Amino acid sequence: MVDPQPQRKQNVVSHKPFFTFSKEGKFIFLCLFPAMLLVSVFIYYPLFKGVLMAFQNYTLFDLSNRAFIGLENFRAVISTAEFSTVAWNSVLWVFVSLFFQLTLGFILALLLRRAFKGRGIYQAFVFFPWAMSGFLIGLIWRWMFNGQNGVINDLLLRTGIIEQQIPFLSDPNWAMISVIIANIWYGTTFFAIMILAALQSIPGELYEAADMDGANKIQQLTSITIPFILPTLLATTLLRVIWILNFPDLIYSMTNGGPAGSTHIITTYMIEKIMYDQNYGEASAIGVIIILSLLLFAVFFLLVTNYKKAGDF
Amino acid sequence: MGHVLWVSMKRTFLFLFLVTTLFPLYWIFITSLKPQKDIFTFPLQYWPENITFEHYVNMFSFSNFHLYIMNSLIVAVVAGIFAVIISMFSGYVLARYQFKGKNQIVLAFFVTQMIPLFIALAPLYLLMSKLNLLNKLSALLLIYTVMMIPFCTIIMRGFFERIPASLEEAAMIDGCTRTQALFRVIFPVMLPGITATFIFAFVQCWNELFLAIMFIDDESSKTIPVAMNSFITKFDIDWGAMSAATVLSVIPTLILFAFFQKYIVEGATQGAVKG
Repeated sequence: MVDPQPQRKQNVVSHKPFFTFSKEGKFIFLCLFPAMLLVSVFIYYPLFKGVLMAFQNYTLFDLSNRAFIGLENFRAVISTAEFSTVAWNSVLWVFVSLFFQLTLGFILALLLRRAFKGRGIYQAFVFFPWAMSGFLIGLIWRWMFNGQNGVINDLLLRTGIIEQQIPFLSDPNWAMISVIIANIWYGTTFFAIMILAALQSIPGELYEAADMDGANKIQQLTSITIPFILPTLLATTLLRVIWILNFPDLIYSMTNGGPAGSTHIITTYMIEKIMYDQNYGEASAIGVIIILSLLLFAVFFLLVTNYKKAGDF
Repeated sequence: MGHVLWVSMKRTFLFLFLVTTLFPLYWIFITSLKPQKDIFTFPLQYWPENITFEHYVNMFSFSNFHLYIMNSLIVAVVAGIFAVIISMFSGYVLARYQFKGKNQIVLAFFVTQMIPLFIALAPLYLLMSKLNLLNKLSALLLIYTVMMIPFCTIIMRGFFERIPASLEEAAMIDGCTRTQALFRVIFPVMLPGITATFIFAFVQCWNELFLAIMFIDDESSKTIPVAMNSFITKFDIDWGAMSAATVLSVIPTLILFAFFQKYIVEGATQGAVKG
């Protein structure tokens, strides 16, 4: 008979799927095999091959010459003039988006914490952007930020904030701000969902006790709410940094990195290398740079926040 | 007094959030209903003066949009089902059993959600061309199934962990084998979780862009995002057509989201959902 309680010590000893073919071991192996096989062949194998390509001369135009060229791809990528723009844009894209998504998401979650009439419907509406693709959202905002017929220009003109239309997406100074605004709109929801879930796990008695002690709302926020949800906040933030950087869809459809490369972040830059230049070697080098910088950031983040459990989801 | 102020401030903020969230969606929707000339006339119409369905009609008569919808549906439904079935078993085992290498497997699944998979794009392209799957819908079926497995497994594992083990113990005391217990007792109880996982997978496959662009170039195998992407690369975007296409492609996710919003929120908090 199966003992489904994994905590028990004797269980640990009795299930060795890959070495003994006990009945349990066989069952475990059969259940895991399809998932592991597919993931290994179609995710991990191409991934390692991709990392390998970063050190190879690998362009689709010249497949016969795939020599290993050391760090040449890295040098070629980093030495281009646009790379510093790309790097700076990536930092702006991640941290400016993150700051506003977190702040606004937090406010929204606080507003939704207490039940009110129609909260369910309200949530369904404000959480909807999450279910849309970044590609579509980029398109929608591209239309709204349109220089001639865009509704944002129209609204700003009507309210007298500006007197002349702003070519948001064709002016390099405005384009980056515009894509970040769209991203904030998109990602705020996600933070709100995560934070709301964490808020709802705070025992109500804590607030009752604080009320009796005469603590005001601000005190309750800083001494109960924030400390209680801090682990969720930190874990979500770390995940978001990774995902915002890995998320080129919105920029791809909104500006495709333009005008003149002014809105390229590192992932859209990489996609351009794959799709237009078909220089897989350099694209992979960019990929390796992304992985390394994310790794560095994660280590730094965990050290600074001293949050040992952030990796424990 | 302070309380009244607080409540009205709260309401104002809630209202602002709602308006900013809905306005872009509203805007693309009414753009799709305006006749071509009204889209470009100033002052802009915030309520369409003339309503037309010509952009929707054009979508179906001048492009193969019905085909793109079919392809997207087939790919998202079938890949979603495959991924869910495979992940039901892996998720179950990873939730219930303790064995050597288990943590490493969970980690390996989790890592796929963290690293930029675009690195795998070029090698995958070469692999697909070796398997002779380029330009075929089955390429997307295969790769979407695979891409969804780690994430479905993680969510599924979370759902299984919340079901008490005593449930299948009881079934087995009553004479069921483990497999019978799984199929007759556990999976039925898990149905809401399984549905939720399927919806996640469906939405992600439905929305997927870059793999589809890489693998599919043939008109007959295009999914909606690939087709819409080819509308963009032309010199000028026809915003009437584009907004109609956007509205059409949002409808399925809108319906699913309306019905299953609660599960989606639940799944998102499992920490496995890319946002």
